[in-house]
Amino acid sequence: MTERMPVITGLGAITPLGLSYKDLWSGLCQGRCGIGRITAFDPVGFTCQIAGQAPEFNIRDHVPKAIRKTTKLMSRDIELAVLAANEAFKDAGLKTKAFDEQNITINPQRTAIILGAGLISCDLIEIAPAVAKGVTDGKFDIRQWGLHSIEQITPLWLLKYLPNMLACHVGIIHDIQGPSNTITCAEAAGQLAIGEAALIIARGDADVAIAGGGEAKVNPIVHLRQCLLKRATADYNDNPEIACRPFDSDAKGSVFGEAAACVILETPENAKSRGANVYAQIIGIGQSCSINAKYESLEPDGKGVQFAIEAALEQAKIKPCNLDLIIPHGTGVFDDDAAEARGIQTVLGSCLDRIPVFPTKSMVSNSGAAAGAVDVIAGCCAIKDGIIPAAKNCGNINKHCKLNIVKEQIKKKINYALCTSYTYGGQTAAVVLKNNE
Amino acid sequence: MNEKTKKRIVITGIGIVCPLGNDVKTMWDNILNCRNGMAATTIFDASTYPTKFCAEVKNFDVTKCTKNPELHKNGNRHSKFVIGAVAEACKQAKIEVETEIPKDGIDRRRMGIYLGAGEGSVDNENFFNAIVQGWDDAKAQMNWQKWADVAFGGMQPYRELEQEPNMPAAHVSMFTGARGPVRSCLTACAASTQAVGEAFKMLQAGQADVMIAGGAHCMIHPLGVMGFNRLTALSTRNDSPATASRPFTASRDGFVIGEGAAIVILETLESAKKRGAGVLAEVLGYGSSSDAFRVTDMHEEARGAVQAMEAALKDAKLSYKDIDYVSTHGTSTSENDSIETLALKKVFKEEAKNTPVSSIKSMMGHLIGAAGAAEIISCILAIRDGILPPTMNLNDPDPSLDLDYVPNKPRKADIDVVMKESFGFGGQNNVVIIRKYKN
Repeated sequence: MTERMPVITGLGAITPLGLSYKDLWSGLCQGRCGIGRITAFDPVGFTCQIAGQAPEFNIRDHVPKAIRKTTKLMSRDIELAVLAANEAFKDAGLKTKAFDEQNITINPQRTAIILGAGLISCDLIEIAPAVAKGVTDGKFDIRQWGLHSIEQITPLWLLKYLPNMLACHVGIIHDIQGPSNTITCAEAAGQLAIGEAALIIARGDADVAIAGGGEAKVNPIVHLRQCLLKRATADYNDNPEIACRPFDSDAKGSVFGEAAACVILETPENAKSRGANVYAQIIGIGQSCSINAKYESLEPDGKGVQFAIEAALEQAKIKPCNLDLIIPHGTGVFDDDAAEARGIQTVLGSCLDRIPVFPTKSMVSNSGAAAGAVDVIAGCCAIKDGIIPAAKNCGNINKHCKLNIVKEQIKKKINYALCTSYTYGGQTAAVVLKNNE
Repeated sequence: MNEKTKKRIVITGIGIVCPLGNDVKTMWDNILNCRNGMAATTIFDASTYPTKFCAEVKNFDVTKCTKNPELHKNGNRHSKFVIGAVAEACKQAKIEVETEIPKDGIDRRRMGIYLGAGEGSVDNENFFNAIVQGWDDAKAQMNWQKWADVAFGGMQPYRELEQEPNMPAAHVSMFTGARGPVRSCLTACAASTQAVGEAFKMLQAGQADVMIAGGAHCMIHPLGVMGFNRLTALSTRNDSPATASRPFTASRDGFVIGEGAAIVILETLESAKKRGAGVLAEVLGYGSSSDAFRVTDMHEEARGAVQAMEAALKDAKLSYKDIDYVSTHGTSTSENDSIETLALKKVFKEEAKNTPVSSIKSMMGHLIGAAGAAEIISCILAIRDGILPPTMNLNDPDPSLDLDYVPNKPRKADIDVVMKESFGFGGQNNVVIIRKYKN
């Protein structure tokens, strides 16, 4: 099965650093920060008023003419995923139905799509006029709502908010008829989706897969949820550049954002036969679970993270000291960072000092279901360019963290890179990438 | 994968909390006696909704299933249901729960979870009232300060967190101590069949020895029922909830929404033997596909459904001639029942009319993400008892739908191999094949 472990041949990312994975990578290398005051809605009443927002785009410019009217059924999460998927297929040099119907170079029935998606909140402004009709004496009244409001809601309303609609729209646009799944494990979803796609290819159920995740967390309800949980920082509203501080002693919480990131996976054989550019091979997937009665947080010893990494290294048949780069989840939530660091440290043991660790969220923000896939793309770019960028906002590393956080950009050949992610609720993932040059 | 080394995967435990009962025995007894779980909606006031009835779980008390009720008290309905289903399934499979040092012979790092699980309901009162306070109808503008005042004043952190679809899996991992591959998917109505199928593949691939697989969902809430009503997907037969779910009839007018959780314990045969766990059935094949057709409709020629069924047969190394019974998706919507029948005719060819197929949604309602796993449990029981569960309310057959739907009463049959299929909004198709266990 290991010999069929897929290679990554295409990248696509829409992030606060730009509308291309190239913007993401150059932004990370330059230490640019995509975090600013929220403009999607007026955040004045919120404890945290900053987020990572992607540059503006018009979705209608990014879908084939024939299906342009379906863009009305796309929530922001879906739009982001559609853009990232387009770029990934193009970057891989694969022609799908979306680009050239006469010269398709994928086999639709042998192509899979596995995306991580978040809990998509509805657009409050869209339903507000209907809600306003469901009121008695200034309070919401469900009987009035039933009588007067429901019929005002657009008939296909629900379809905008089902998490599987990211994969559904992308699948229709590119004619993907193989296995389709939507992983809903919050911040671990992107890497778990890539892991599942890798297994589908390895077991022979597809030759090509698009995998990753997308989530638009800059939505009032989604944002409020992180504020109420005190996971979103309330301390840096006037200083968004320095707000997200993974593993730093001044970390006061994470900063959330929107992104989508997709990779194209294919069998090494498939990639070779068409002469595709290979970024890296996925050689290890690890999964586990953090168990904590306070299940919005990691368990303090980071055991779930440790187990996931150990499982990934075991499948990859490499030792911790073979790693040249670790991209951790590193959210900027102080206790979670400390716990993740402990989990990684337990695995690394004596090679702790030698392995550079590069957290990305200080620049790109925490995009939930997309976050882990964003990091896999960063890992691919690092391998391809032989560059590990300098970490940002981690100048004063917290005392629980013994990791070798990258202070200055490093240029060196990277043979093996490890990406990790975890989420509230406990699911953890680890992915080992191998330089196939 | 090397065919010779492919592991045999068996089912060693089942558990359910559903509108037909809060354990497997009660549920099956109700099905064999043709009872149904439909009644007027009580979870919220639906008295002015187009659809005023549903299939609810009744009298379920999670505190009777756990030593740590405090840990699960904030869970949404379905996160509590799933603890009930897991408790029952683990007991049967001889898996210890809520214990520091389990002595059941299973390394917790080799035990995983795969759920097809749904989101939780919003905090309705605060959700709607924040909009009411914030919205300026005259200006058609939201005053976010006013909105935030209500939202931050009323909404509670855990109540919000529990809406995330990965929360049922979180509760199950805390309950069982599972530390292997733990994940959750949400492919609408196909989710838990997909979860069981992928869990089966993870076991075959050696990623775990035991997987707790299944689904949990409750969309019986104001926004959920509103959404399905707007899609005209729900039956509006308010004068007769008991006969509203009528798959394959000419007068079908939509599905009846239900809720619940259903769990199957999947395990490598090797692990089951080593532990001395009893085997209920064997999983033989799994197929998955997507329609890539329209956001709103199934593929007209049933392309994706056919592909998934054929992939599952191929995976199981079986022919359609080997299938003794099909547990259909059978939702009672006009589109599904027609296209599903078409798909069955295409796959089963000359055997189509001789292969019994049925839909227990006629009694249980549609548990959305949890439906597939609940129906897989009915398949396992059908094999065990040699009885086909019926499609109820089939009194006015649709003349264009002419398969053997096992109408209106259970039927004795010698059943060896069954196929379970599930299709989701958005075009995901998932099929699992299960066989009577033989040494």
